[in-house]
Amino acid sequence: MNLSPAELWIGGILTLMIFSFLYRDNPFYKFAEHLFVGVSAAYWMVQGVWGTLMPNLVAKVAPGMVQSFMPEAAGKNPEWHYLIAALFGVLLLTRLVPSIGWLSRWSLAFVVGYSAGTNFIRYLQSDFIAQIRSTMIPLVVQGQGGLDLGASFSHLVLIVGVFCGLVYFFFSKEHHGALGRVSRIGVWTLMVTFGASFGYTVMARISLLLGRLQALIIWLRLVSGGS
Amino acid sequence: MRRTVPLMITFIVGLTLILAVFIPPEPFDTMNREFSVYFDIIAVFAFVLGGGNLLRLHGDRVYRRGKDWKFSIVTLAGFAVTLVVGLGKIGGPPGVRGDLMAPGTWFRFVFNAVLTPLSATMFALLAFYVASASFRAFRAKTPEATILLVSGFIILLGRTFLGGILTGWLPDSLSFLTIPNLADWIMAWPNTAGQRAIVIGIALGVTATSLRLILGIERGYLGSD
Amino acid sequence: MRLLAFFKTLDRRFIFLFVGLAVIFPFLLDLDLPEYPTVMVKAIYNTVEGLQPGSLVLMPFDYDPSTAPELDPMAAAVVRHCLSRDLRVCFMALWPEGQGMVSNLISGTVQPEFPDKVYGRDYVNLGYKAGGQGLINAVLLNMRSMFTTDAAGVPVDSLPIMIGVTNLKDFKFIMNFSAGRPGSKEWIQFAGDPGRIPVASGSTAVQAPLLYPYYPSQMVGLMGGLKGAAEYEAALLAGYPRFKDSRRVATELMVPQAMAHFVIMLFIVLGNIIYFAERRAGKR
Repeated sequence: MNLSPAELWIGGILTLMIFSFLYRDNPFYKFAEHLFVGVSAAYWMVQGVWGTLMPNLVAKVAPGMVQSFMPEAAGKNPEWHYLIAALFGVLLLTRLVPSIGWLSRWSLAFVVGYSAGTNFIRYLQSDFIAQIRSTMIPLVVQGQGGLDLGASFSHLVLIVGVFCGLVYFFFSKEHHGALGRVSRIGVWTLMVTFGASFGYTVMARISLLLGRLQALIIWLRLVSGGS
Repeated sequence: MRRTVPLMITFIVGLTLILAVFIPPEPFDTMNREFSVYFDIIAVFAFVLGGGNLLRLHGDRVYRRGKDWKFSIVTLAGFAVTLVVGLGKIGGPPGVRGDLMAPGTWFRFVFNAVLTPLSATMFALLAFYVASASFRAFRAKTPEATILLVSGFIILLGRTFLGGILTGWLPDSLSFLTIPNLADWIMAWPNTAGQRAIVIGIALGVTATSLRLILGIERGYLGSD
Repeated sequence: MRLLAFFKTLDRRFIFLFVGLAVIFPFLLDLDLPEYPTVMVKAIYNTVEGLQPGSLVLMPFDYDPSTAPELDPMAAAVVRHCLSRDLRVCFMALWPEGQGMVSNLISGTVQPEFPDKVYGRDYVNLGYKAGGQGLINAVLLNMRSMFTTDAAGVPVDSLPIMIGVTNLKDFKFIMNFSAGRPGSKEWIQFAGDPGRIPVASGSTAVQAPLLYPYYPSQMVGLMGGLKGAAEYEAALLAGYPRFKDSRRVATELMVPQAMAHFVIMLFIVLGNIIYFAERRAGKR
């Protein structure tokens, strides 16, 4: 990505403003932080308006109104049923007016109903049934020269780990005796999982820092007159 | 009106989407598709609501001269400028008919010069805090914490050349014990086992909650009055 | 004990300084180490290799600048691979900032490195659409229910690449670049599984461990973080030596990455030494 000198300069200065927080909170950091909030909120709104609202609502409900700058709307008939979506959208905005804010529940109810209806099926299929199916694997794995010990052990770890992890999440009975021992294995499995997640999180954060340093180096080269 | 209508909307929309999976022919197929489009459109209004709330909060702070009110002006100015250059598609060669992010548009300039460095640096800061937190809090106090620590160490080493250097001397017959191979094994098996248990647990929770929402048993989203 | 006490009360800014030096110093050395693709990364590479020239690939860019250092290099590597194989690529985004990431990739990688590829015929930027899972659900049934134009407002029916595309099932492969939600999980749940479309994920390292349960039955491959990107760059270079002069950003960063890991591990060890020394002193 090639950035203009102006983009590099502004970006470099804002980067240093944010990094100044490492020393302590200060007005430069606060300036950058507040700017970030304002710019990102507007960015999302603009993208939402031009990316979705105009082509998927306005151009469908009132094609004649926007056809001068949205050619795909030319010659189309209005699709009035999209006014339902517009109504729900406007009702959502009533949250900004406390006296009629309760009307926003209607839109919220649509969003909740939609999410519940789609999640019910998709989580059941992809995250429950498919996951159980993927865990139904042979405990004894045959290799080229007979029993494949390594693969068999790995499969055992997976099956036992999933089972014991689920037992640990089973809160309807106290974890004592055999149940307690099984759930303890579940805890160990989860600890390995969290350790892996920790390692990957460190990796991720370092990568982001490296990316920023690379950008700073490009800017500093520009400042020092290099290319 | 305040509770019955929303409960009915949730019930009808949720049930329709479940039925659409089992009875694909019309009208459910069309309802599934159109409800999805409605959902996407309502999502944009949520962005507008977010912008409205931001204006109200920071506008109020400036008006009342509250804490850090001068910085609220920065927020409002950043918001206004981005909104104007974006909605007006200022600067791009084809103007309002063109791509919002086309080279030359001011909106793209704001994205590259302001939003990108601010967003990226905010997250880059976390690298320093992860290091500091690891030093102060990551202790092998219990067997479980020790397992976590060892697993994390193997991953940290195994995902860089350091792991290879440290255990590269192992003979081929013991190559499965090299740190990169151990890291791969941990990710592929114990990590998958733990994550899968979590995924299945969440799936059961989401399914049960979805059903409670559709049937009107769970009403928390309607508020208290 | 005085040394331990010194470290115990160490100002966090010294830790910040060490981390900063650990990542800046290797930058000056400019070392480049070989990388080797792991099974899951190789699986994505092989999937791309297995597609017929002209096949349609959907690339949703579901990330923002905050995670770009991890995801931009892998996106560039996969796009280079797909265009080299004459696959047709449709870019889109579930994150508003994703459209900016696509625009930068097109102007920074696609246009300069593939001048023979024509916009609208070989690749297209469909832009951002709101809705997340709702959007995927809609376009799984009908692409035009949401995508009536590309990002520039050109009607999709006038773009050769979109001729014959009715819904997501017309794509032979979905290569998602994801930093969270909505992202790879939603593409698997709402497109890959119900539509039986091969889905692969290039994800941030934070998200990668969470996606392992979906491999290989629901997800054909996974690239996790900068390391995954470096592995894909290595696989691409091995298969397509003409990219030896292209910048391999992820590979360049693997040495500083390793040094930072090393410093953080040192701090963890040091923290534990202090802890055990204190515990022993307490017992006495």
